[in-house]
Amino acid sequence: MAKLSLSDLRSIREREEKNLKKRDIHGRTVHVVVAMGTSGIDAGAKLTLNTIADDVEKLGLDNVIITQTGSAAPNPEPVVEVYMPKTGLVAYGSVDKDAAHRIVEEHLKNGKILEDLRIELVEKEQ
Amino acid sequence: MGFKNYILVCGGTGCESSRSDQIYHALIDEAVAQGVADQVQVIKTGCFGFCEQGPIVKILPEDSFYVQVKPEDAKELIAEHVIKGREVTRLLYNKAPHKAYEEVEDIQFYQKQMRIVLRNCGSIDPENIDEYIAAGGYKALEKVLFDMTPDDVINELKTAGLRGRGGAGFPTWMKWNFTKQENNPVKYVVCNADEGDPGAYMDRSTLEGDPHSVLEAMTICGHTVGAHQGFIYIRAEYPLAIHRLEVAMKQAREYGLLGKDILGSGFDYDIEIRLGAGAFVCGEETALLQSIEGHRGMPKPRPPFPASKGLWGKPTVINNVETWANVAQIINNGGEWFASIGTPDSHGTKVFALTGKICNSGLVEVPMGTTLREIVYDIGGGIAHGKKFKAVQTGGPSGGVITEENLDTPIDFGGLQRIGSMMGSGGMIVMDEDDCIVDVAKFYLNFTVDESCGKCAPCRIGGKSLYNILEKITQGKGEENDIKQIEQIAHAMKIGSLCALGQTAPNPVLSTLHYFPEEYKAHIVDKKCPSGKCKKLISYEINPSKCIGCTACSRKCPVGAISGEVKKPHKINGNVCIKCGVCKDTCKFSAIEIH
Repeated sequence: MAKLSLSDLRSIREREEKNLKKRDIHGRTVHVVVAMGTSGIDAGAKLTLNTIADDVEKLGLDNVIITQTGSAAPNPEPVVEVYMPKTGLVAYGSVDKDAAHRIVEEHLKNGKILEDLRIELVEKEQ
Repeated sequence: MGFKNYILVCGGTGCESSRSDQIYHALIDEAVAQGVADQVQVIKTGCFGFCEQGPIVKILPEDSFYVQVKPEDAKELIAEHVIKGREVTRLLYNKAPHKAYEEVEDIQFYQKQMRIVLRNCGSIDPENIDEYIAAGGYKALEKVLFDMTPDDVINELKTAGLRGRGGAGFPTWMKWNFTKQENNPVKYVVCNADEGDPGAYMDRSTLEGDPHSVLEAMTICGHTVGAHQGFIYIRAEYPLAIHRLEVAMKQAREYGLLGKDILGSGFDYDIEIRLGAGAFVCGEETALLQSIEGHRGMPKPRPPFPASKGLWGKPTVINNVETWANVAQIINNGGEWFASIGTPDSHGTKVFALTGKICNSGLVEVPMGTTLREIVYDIGGGIAHGKKFKAVQTGGPSGGVITEENLDTPIDFGGLQRIGSMMGSGGMIVMDEDDCIVDVAKFYLNFTVDESCGKCAPCRIGGKSLYNILEKITQGKGEENDIKQIEQIAHAMKIGSLCALGQTAPNPVLSTLHYFPEEYKAHIVDKKCPSGKCKKLISYEINPSKCIGCTACSRKCPVGAISGEVKKPHKINGNVCIKCGVCKDTCKFSAIEIH
């Protein structure tokens, strides 16, 4: 009796492929950057980040890279930047949990910019 | 939520020797200490190839390429990169941070490379079979066991045109086919992992970084030719590769990918490791088989070839590690895909270990037909310390030198042979203007003389005689007749030696003689060594117009050969000087000259 059948091997591959794919960044064209400086975290950026990450995983959007960056002050935090070849670079301010859901659903999934959340980034004064 | 960051730490022998194992553990400890253990996964991978810059740590998804990392850097990497999302600029290869959506300019070292053999090295954990399976591993075995006949497999290899990567370039499909056609219930499959060329470590890295690719290919071969037992012959001085192989074999057995009734196909197959003691001659297939059988590793005349009478007299397929590592990819992607890569003469890619006087030493895999210039200058970054290129030695002690004039020759089996070198296993040693070509030839000959098994006279006596002549030349006792004698002995060794070790041992001498006749002449006739390497032929002298009398050299001289007053030109006593060159390296005013 074989220890592993053909279908066993295939289900192992299917299960593990998902994990390995997360490390494959080739061909990922959508980038989400969450500002996670102290001020950002204070404003709730951690919840924003986790919400986006969970939703992206739930919807299976495997062309998305989520990264974080330092403080976005003096912009209204939590600040989330989305880059997509189609829409270019868009920044959103005051992104709470609901806004995070909407960004994933509308912008990341459907490529629609959320004008009501959009902000023009102000550079930090040196 | 899954892991946010993936940290890949190079676990090749090169990086491990500069403490990458400690970096790996420090990163895990720091992730725990700083409370982000659930956000990062630290993975120890195989060799990234960019050994010059090791230890290498790559963090995903930002694709940050950190180089020359130390265990002490782990704290900062976790605190800055993982927690705050800021790249640690000082450790980045290009020293410039980038935002994730900004186009990262590829590191030049990787730009011209194409990875088939090393496809998983540096991206998966070699000690985790699940990662190999996830990366498409054992798919080729599935195909071979259930969807292909043995003849299909051989035809696919034939279409692919895969040639043996161990050096000689014999068509792999023919070897398999000879063994398959033998009518014998007992057959064997052998992996030659006895990598012994000076400076070569392609096979070691492949086994360390992707051991399952070799196990899968050997199993495919077993099913194709009708063998149920495989052996991997590897030298004991590769402990990490052996460890990774043992782990891989254990995991494969647990999954039933080795053992009885593999995947329910009814096919039984297993693999064992045989350790060699590091004798170079055991890389020769008949000597290797002798060694596996427990005899002294000495070659036997061929024919009979191992394909019909090999291990314990049974039909045996024996291939090199890199050849094996190509097999599963050919089955998965088709022979035509493989044949579309490379040159008409040689298909696919070749892995080279680029070492010597080069800026970026490391492991490179390029399509066949890439020129040496591309490898040395584009990938290797040129000659280290701004020195002038002199030659590249390919094919190890069996090969020859390639000079400036042939830098644009496309590298494939035929191309290298035409210019008097050979592919060999893939060692590439770059030499600059400071290397004496006679000394280089002597080095390789010393190696083959040392490694000759002594069974046949042409190799045993011829090699030593050649060495003695070169020794004489480098000591300033060369005679005009020496060149002729070298040619005669070399000829006798080529036609009279039993195995490739003796047959090819004169190659480094003949090739250097062919490309650098004037350098030999300088040694023999003028009793001078132009590059200043041969100690008997040079003397160190201080140029009084450049010497400012700083006394730095006299303080460094280990034998007290330098004398002189402060702020006045110094002098070297030639009778005491041992010509170690320390004074020349010490002098900041280029006052010390070699004559």
